[in-house]
Amino acid sequence: MTEPIDERLRSELQQHGVWVTSMQELYNWGRKNSIWPLQFGLACCAIEMIATAASRYDIARFGGEIFRPSPRQADLMIVAGTVTKKMAPQIVRLYNQMADPKYVIAMGACAISGGPFKQGYNVLKGIDRYIPVDVYIPGCPPRPEALLHAFMELQRKIDSQKLSGADKAEHLKPEQPSEFPVPLFGEHDLESSANPGVFHPPEIERA
Amino acid sequence: MTPNPYLFIVIFVGVALVFPLIPLALAWLWRRFFQPPKPGPDKTSIYECGVESVGDAHIQFHSQYYLYAIIFLVFDVEAIFLVPFAVAFTGLPIGAFIAILVFLLLLVEGLVWAWGKGCLDWEH
Repeated sequence: MTEPIDERLRSELQQHGVWVTSMQELYNWGRKNSIWPLQFGLACCAIEMIATAASRYDIARFGGEIFRPSPRQADLMIVAGTVTKKMAPQIVRLYNQMADPKYVIAMGACAISGGPFKQGYNVLKGIDRYIPVDVYIPGCPPRPEALLHAFMELQRKIDSQKLSGADKAEHLKPEQPSEFPVPLFGEHDLESSANPGVFHPPEIERA
Repeated sequence: MTPNPYLFIVIFVGVALVFPLIPLALAWLWRRFFQPPKPGPDKTSIYECGVESVGDAHIQFHSQYYLYAIIFLVFDVEAIFLVPFAVAFTGLPIGAFIAILVFLLLLVEGLVWAWGKGCLDWEH
């Protein structure tokens, strides 16, 4: 890839009616404006997600209104709601079956950490234990505006992804995995409580 | 000189071939130079709403289902013809009335045959 064009030169050209772009910008522009989410909901957050897709909040303004019933056609997985340990393997498998490039929004307190059920026995303490999450939305449940904000954040992320170089996007690197191990049902709990390759718990600092 | 009128069909066929081939070629080039394919056992497996699929997706439905198809047809055709018959009932001559009765009799005969064959029993 060649050097990016000088911003001042670009705006100068734009004033004269010449629009200059690069392959990377064109590619990302196309991708970020047609993010097709996977159509599934897990709990009450899904109601907010449905409201986001409906007329009042209208996620179609951001090009994300086509909720696909098949992971083969989806770019984005919105984990909307409580992920129970019974459901977690299915979520991971659905993520694995999505075509690259794929993104994950963890919506709501339950999806990001287990939420009010964190101390319980049957709720996963955050979907980021098994799959890489791009945007986290706190809230119980988050309002549709929050989901729209997360969507815009994701668009910003897609827009900044590189096509080449050492820091190019994950899905373009051959060595980056596209699927992650599906947790198994053990005798008492899910076998392997987290995928160490994906899950990086915050360090607890004690004074 | 006017071109051969069939020339447009040739052009049309050419466009119909090139039009779908361009995106396919672009996708192939994209895969070749930018995005490495990443197939895997999960990714290429049969999609069954996230649950592990059991068996093959290409199974044959048992041919016994033809009985249900026939019964469905009986009631379906009956409904299609009965509604216009009922709408036009008062204005119909006696010949048409007898004709529709014969037609209904044929369908009822089919139903009786199916009943006798026992395919209305849900247990079978």
